[in-house]
Amino acid sequence: MTNDRRWIPYLLILPSVAFLALLFIVPLVQTIWLAVSDNGALSLANADRMVNDINFTRSLRNTFLLTLMVVPVQIAIALVMGSMVAKVGRGRETILWIWTIPLGISDLAAGLVWLSILQNTGYLNSVLFGFGIIERQTGWLSYQTPVALFFAIAVAEIWRGTAIVMVIIVAGLNQVPKEFREAAEIFGAGPWTRFWRITLPLIRPALQSALILRTVLAFEVFAVVYALGGRNFPVLVGEAYNWQNQNQNYSVAAAYAVLIMVISLAATLVYLKAIKVDPERLP
Amino acid sequence: MANIVIDRIRKSFGAFEALKEVSLTIHDGEFVSLLGPSGCGKTTLLRIIAGLETATSGDVRIGDNSIIGLLTKDRGLAMVFQNYAVFPHMTVYENVAFGLRMQKADDLRVKAQVEKAAGLLHIEPYLDRYPNKLSGGQRQRVAVARALAVEPRVLLMDEPLSNLDALLRLEMRTELKTVLQAAGTTTVYVTHDQTEAMGLSDRIAVMHGGVVEQIGSPVEIYNRPATRFVGGFIGNPPMNFIKVAVSNGQVAAGGEQISAPKDAGYEVILGMRGEAVELAPLSTGLEMKVRVAEPMGSHLLLTGSIHDQPVRVVLPASETVKSGDTIGLKLDRNRITWLSPESGKAYPALTA
Ligand SMILES: Nc1ncnc2c1ncn2[C@@H]1O[C@H](COP(=O)(O)OP(=O)(O)O)[C@@H](O)[C@H]1O
Ligand SMILES: [Mg+2]
Repeated sequence: MTNDRRWIPYLLILPSVAFLALLFIVPLVQTIWLAVSDNGALSLANADRMVNDINFTRSLRNTFLLTLMVVPVQIAIALVMGSMVAKVGRGRETILWIWTIPLGISDLAAGLVWLSILQNTGYLNSVLFGFGIIERQTGWLSYQTPVALFFAIAVAEIWRGTAIVMVIIVAGLNQVPKEFREAAEIFGAGPWTRFWRITLPLIRPALQSALILRTVLAFEVFAVVYALGGRNFPVLVGEAYNWQNQNQNYSVAAAYAVLIMVISLAATLVYLKAIKVDPERLP
Repeated sequence: MANIVIDRIRKSFGAFEALKEVSLTIHDGEFVSLLGPSGCGKTTLLRIIAGLETATSGDVRIGDNSIIGLLTKDRGLAMVFQNYAVFPHMTVYENVAFGLRMQKADDLRVKAQVEKAAGLLHIEPYLDRYPNKLSGGQRQRVAVARALAVEPRVLLMDEPLSNLDALLRLEMRTELKTVLQAAGTTTVYVTHDQTEAMGLSDRIAVMHGGVVEQIGSPVEIYNRPATRFVGGFIGNPPMNFIKVAVSNGQVAAGGEQISAPKDAGYEVILGMRGEAVELAPLSTGLEMKVRVAEPMGSHLLLTGSIHDQPVRVVLPASETVKSGDTIGLKLDRNRITWLSPESGKAYPALTA
């Protein structure tokens, strides 16, 4: 009779699979169909309309630039933070707790926080004016200052999204026994060599997860951009939103959604290939 | 010359004193064990020598130079960790080569040294493999090979055999001795296993509660323990301690009178190794009540009491003593260690 028990795991897993199928796979299929059909027939009309829209190239370029800027900086900062906190004995939990505060703030709220700092009447201008560095309020977030706007958005994104990378990296660093670093030190490796030759290769799985997660999220950037730049800085998700709400064209919006998904999947595949994780070579 | 001088090292973790003024000299080419129960500060002392831990006060010198201010990487040591710490993302070859690569040795020298070390430890067949595919014993060999490949002036080992099963431990112990004797490297070896320390060491430093209780050759430590702790920790069965009365400078052991140390008071502790006795007639011998007799094949182990104090005695296998017997024992008076009941320290050996 023990054979019957084989079904128990499947039984227990069933609700979650059904739930996902209902709320994820069905809408996904619907969206894809919406994107590649026109009046019930297979068609590239939506893709065509998306690509030929004046904002398409800009939003694609902006999204990629932002991702290329934000993700490496976040990984680097998270590695530095993780390495620093690893050296701390007492108070480690408190430091981690404070560092992860941005995790608890919604992205729109994060955007508004930075808006209050960077807008014309914001804190940054007040401080700069107070020190006599600028003579009158300066706009940082307008279409006339695209570079400043880009950096403002990048900084806000970095501030908001580094914590999750750090959490993953710290978890990865905790998996590496200190003896590996000590052994390297005994045999003559300095701090840099230890980091590059021992620590980094040993946290590959965490690094891979962090990169995939962060990159996918970076391609989905929207609320922070919307709060700070409005339509001055078009990004892919923003365009999807506009087609859906302003233009009431669900099909082109779906085409954007599918494009974002394809880009994310491609990025994930690149990471999986580029940062191979061989379980045989892990602690 | 690689004499290691450990000079009045203290180490506190917060209010807790892990090492209380430890001094020790390890001579060039010598194999010294730090032996003691878990928590007595062995690892801490080893890590201070390595520079992985900072001493609260005191100095460590190699040759004539203080190394206490040097970074770990500049101390020119090698170390074998308790959990091996063999790098999982490098092949066995690269693991063994690691120290040489850090010294920027050219490929030819790296190859020669790796092959030499791999040969000594019989790991040539695995050089291309990753450590996770190796057994504990093989990883252990890789860790030792990695340490020997750099031809260090000092080799530190922290319980390198403790993660191996008993049979493998015995085999590796013998092999380690052969390899290290051939290399002639000054070695500091941490262990809590007294047979390991006895078998491997030129000298043993017995540690207890953050102090070195005795330093000496295995035979010295076995026969002339400086403290009650050392006698009880070394040897299997441990040394027997019997509190006896002193009258007129003499102690009565059955019918025999044995001279007690001059400085002894009314009572003294007679320390006696289990095998430093022979069977004697009850009329003249020291009386022992045997509770359990265990014939071990090579010898006969008796557990019981003398003067109502627990003792364990080892007799030749040929003797026929049974559980419940009362027997007489004649003590080998040259092998008695006298200890003070108050301090637990041994009196200087009597030259009879
Ligand atoms: N980093 C540390 N912080 C606090 N206490 C420590 C630390 N390292 C060791 N100790 C304490 O110091 C004592 C000696 O430790 P250790 O040298 O590891 O002992 P051994 O190796 O002889 O078992 C132990 O009581 C241990 O709990
Ligand atoms: Mg230890």
